[in-house]
Amino acid sequence: MNESVKFGVVVFPGSNCDHDAYYACKKIMHQDAVFLWHKDADLQDVDAVILPGGFSYGDYLRCGAIARFSPIMKEVIRFANDGGAVIGICNGFQILVEAGLLPGVLLRNASLRFVCKYVYLKVENADTRFTNVCRPGEVLAIPIAHGDGNYFTDPETLAALEANRQVVFRYSDIDGRITDEANPNGSMANIAGIINEAGNVLGMMPHPERAVDPLLRHTDGQKIFQSIINSFVSTRTRQALEAAGHTLIAAEGGRR
Amino acid sequence: MFLSKVRITLRKSILDPQGKAVEHAVSALGVKSVHDVRMGKYIEFMVDGDSETEAKRATEEVCKKLLANPVMEDYQFEIQKV
Repeated sequence: MNESVKFGVVVFPGSNCDHDAYYACKKIMHQDAVFLWHKDADLQDVDAVILPGGFSYGDYLRCGAIARFSPIMKEVIRFANDGGAVIGICNGFQILVEAGLLPGVLLRNASLRFVCKYVYLKVENADTRFTNVCRPGEVLAIPIAHGDGNYFTDPETLAALEANRQVVFRYSDIDGRITDEANPNGSMANIAGIINEAGNVLGMMPHPERAVDPLLRHTDGQKIFQSIINSFVSTRTRQALEAAGHTLIAAEGGRR
Repeated sequence: MFLSKVRITLRKSILDPQGKAVEHAVSALGVKSVHDVRMGKYIEFMVDGDSETEAKRATEEVCKKLLANPVMEDYQFEIQKV
């Protein structure tokens, strides 16, 4: 049960947060981590996939549009559809929407400017495998760095996202108020991160891997990684207990 | 062989901040009659074969699956025999 979680960080030409994500998993969270080259078609038995930030394929055509067709993405899509944990950060979020694993699209920032700064995120759903160590409504300080992070979708999809509690993070002020001033890019309903209906695929524009090292003062990003790790520990604990003949009633208390 | 010329534009319902920025510049230029600027992409490519129907079908597929994202973009194309 002390087995570590194996993270796979996909490397596209133009990824530039792949090493940060690897460092966060390996050196800060003390888990296993491997790089997954975009031309490979083997996920190396990883437990969770990270699509890192950057400018895959130079953001040509549309952000994330070309990456979606790479050999590794075929496997990532299969993995996600089988219930595997996938987190797309920044460009990774853009790739997930282009691949159809998450709804909507990320438009050019309303300001037309690349925005690189710390923002506050309100945790709108702490009952996911990516946020289970957060308190509901907790405010996290995590940086953003993007030019195309303006989340957009049609009104029906937005209503469904809200009804299913798929909006996981919203840009807020330090007190968790969802205001226009706290919205750095014009995103609909201040959306900073969403999850798929099944709950195993998360896309977020902010960079948790840049807020993990105590040396750099901010460590709120650790909570995202720790939540993913916890989700495996609880799964493994259950499996071990079941293997030993125990039956867990209402396992995990609704927290997956 | 055919030449396909594809035009991709942001859908009407989508705010086009680049278009807006250009519109402000046009206004600063002093041309008052120009408005509603929309930015888009132009892409052209060759399609092998002799059948116009087939060339249209191939172009349509490429537009739908790759060149345009239907959530935010519309596309139009014309093809000519070369």
